[in-house]
Amino acid sequence: MANNLNIEVSPLSRVEGHGDLIINVKDKKIEKLMFRIPESPRFFEAMLVGRKYDEPSHITSRICGICSVAHTCASIKATEKALGIKPSEQTINLRKLIYHHENVQSNVLHVYFLAAPDFFGVGSLIPLMETYPEVVNIALRTKKMANDIVRIIGGRAVHPIRTVIGGFTKLPTEEEMIKMKEILQASYPDLEKSLEILRTLKIPEFERKTEYISISDTSDYALYDGNIKSTDGWEIDDQDYLDKMKEKVVKYSTAKHCWVNGNVFMVGALARFNNNYQKLTGNAKKYAEDLGLVAPCHNTFMNNIAQFVEIVHSIDDSIRLIDKILEEGLDEDKAMAEIKPKAGRGVGVVEAPRGLLIHDYTYNDKGRVEKANLIIPTGMNYANIEKDMHALVPSIIDKSEDEIRLTCEMLIRAYDPCISCSTHFLKVKLINR
Amino acid sequence: MGNKKSEGGYIINKPKVGIFGFTGCGGCQLEILNLEDQLLDLVNAVEIVHFTEAITEYSDNYEIALVEGSITTKHGVERIKKIGDIAKITVAIGACAATGGLNCLKNLYGLEKAKELVYGDKKDWIDSIEVKPVDTYIKVDYYARGCPPNRFEIVDIIRSLIVGRKPEIPNYPVCVECKRNGNTCVYELGITCMGPISRAGCNSRCPNSVSGCEACRGVIDDPNVNAQKDLLSEYGLTVKDIMEGFNLYNACKGKTIEKRDK
Repeated sequence: MANNLNIEVSPLSRVEGHGDLIINVKDKKIEKLMFRIPESPRFFEAMLVGRKYDEPSHITSRICGICSVAHTCASIKATEKALGIKPSEQTINLRKLIYHHENVQSNVLHVYFLAAPDFFGVGSLIPLMETYPEVVNIALRTKKMANDIVRIIGGRAVHPIRTVIGGFTKLPTEEEMIKMKEILQASYPDLEKSLEILRTLKIPEFERKTEYISISDTSDYALYDGNIKSTDGWEIDDQDYLDKMKEKVVKYSTAKHCWVNGNVFMVGALARFNNNYQKLTGNAKKYAEDLGLVAPCHNTFMNNIAQFVEIVHSIDDSIRLIDKILEEGLDEDKAMAEIKPKAGRGVGVVEAPRGLLIHDYTYNDKGRVEKANLIIPTGMNYANIEKDMHALVPSIIDKSEDEIRLTCEMLIRAYDPCISCSTHFLKVKLINR
Repeated sequence: MGNKKSEGGYIINKPKVGIFGFTGCGGCQLEILNLEDQLLDLVNAVEIVHFTEAITEYSDNYEIALVEGSITTKHGVERIKKIGDIAKITVAIGACAATGGLNCLKNLYGLEKAKELVYGDKKDWIDSIEVKPVDTYIKVDYYARGCPPNRFEIVDIIRSLIVGRKPEIPNYPVCVECKRNGNTCVYELGITCMGPISRAGCNSRCPNSVSGCEACRGVIDDPNVNAQKDLLSEYGLTVKDIMEGFNLYNACKGKTIEKRDK
């Protein structure tokens, strides 16, 4: 039992980027608690100024290797909106397809490579090669399936080449579409085995009600496009995000924190699940039920389970999309829309694997970027992470220091924070006016 | 820096490897995880002792350092120097580590101006210096270039180091690979391309996808600049027209680029 406690984890492992966790407890009271981000900022908002309309998607893809398709798509959507470009339905379906598989790839990476070792009491996936080889093999196979699909549609797994404003520089062939369908269909036995393994994991009990925000669409489980929706009952057009979101610089962190209507909130798989459960495929709903995930769920640790349920959904929905694209036939004439530079502002909002991602560009009449604003999901989650920690620590204060440390690390890891992403965008303008 | 040999010739049985991230997107480390079919073999052939992104346990006793990202903070300078002192062999992986990569657009915009734009009156809170590639601060033995790097090239470098062979890094232009792949030259399609002077090793992956090469692997040691100029004028373009694309990955003045300028 600890009356006084000093925990410092620096750097926190198995998260993307560099973050430190500091907790000081005196006489069972939290004196200091911070999730500090010393990762170096990269100034993407400055890098974009003056660049030509066809470059931002290539540049911002490099914000994050793990979610480069998400940044590419948010960027493309912002530019297309600003320039009035209308991509074909074929383009949108192919974007949704590549999008699914970045989400699968990222969710697999998180559930199996980064989070699972905690549940098996080891420090990485490597020791599991001996003790649970099946877990490792499923992880590698599923990750390869998703990466192969991104490679086929995007030209490579990290930083896609073919997804550009207006459409695709090159389309997949019909044979490739059929091959993708086959590898997707072959993945179901691994999903079943994963389900058996996940059933045995002991997810920590924890509950803290917060606001969950994601995009939402009437036609599907929104990842690529939709309105911005909250579990608090409001829904807005994605172009109007500034009506709700305010950002603030926190001194100990190079990543800004973000508030909606003055409240902290959570984004990511659990937020999507809570807002859009009804749009999941029947199969994905069955998996959710089997794993005890019920909307609305207020246990942050269940974010890992929501990520797995999304893998199932993405595989189901990809097969539907491929059938649809094949039925309509791939048409070269629909690969690229017409592009003409003009002045204007556009906002592109997508669901990155870690949650809501916003790119906001203003172009001048020569088609050059005048101003760019980027809001990153992990930046949105930081304030909520700290609130969660304040709720969690007192409830486990009587456990051993090692256990407290591990549970706190697991809580942060459950968010799947992408620290590289979130540190590039510190803007003070919003709070200074 | 440090007391290491540089030119191949090593036979390191099950070398201890550290994988380190500096300022970048994490994509190079992800490409290592994306080896999938070869990942387990790689993990067995070496001992990974430091890889914060994937492994909790770590040690500062390593022979080979794989370094991702550019150096952009004072803290980063201290860290990279320490790695240079410990590692016998340092491999820069990815454009950010090798040439400074896309991060250098910050230098192009102006460091103080960039800080002002993004942080306003809070800019003094931020530790950010001019972006440099890794070889500005320590000796780099091998480069797995590109954005993202070619994951098979990373494996080849490690395999070479284990068997004591000097890794073969292509020093010919992307056009060689592009021809071999039977692509239509993208200039014919009205697209500008840096292929004629850019370092191959990517299997011409951008032209394969009907996109121009952006020189993410930098320029070959002895580029035929005149041939590139001729090609540009054939299509009514000037060097200025392609410089904007070129500086996406090559705006930094690091050793690799200074060497070429001489």
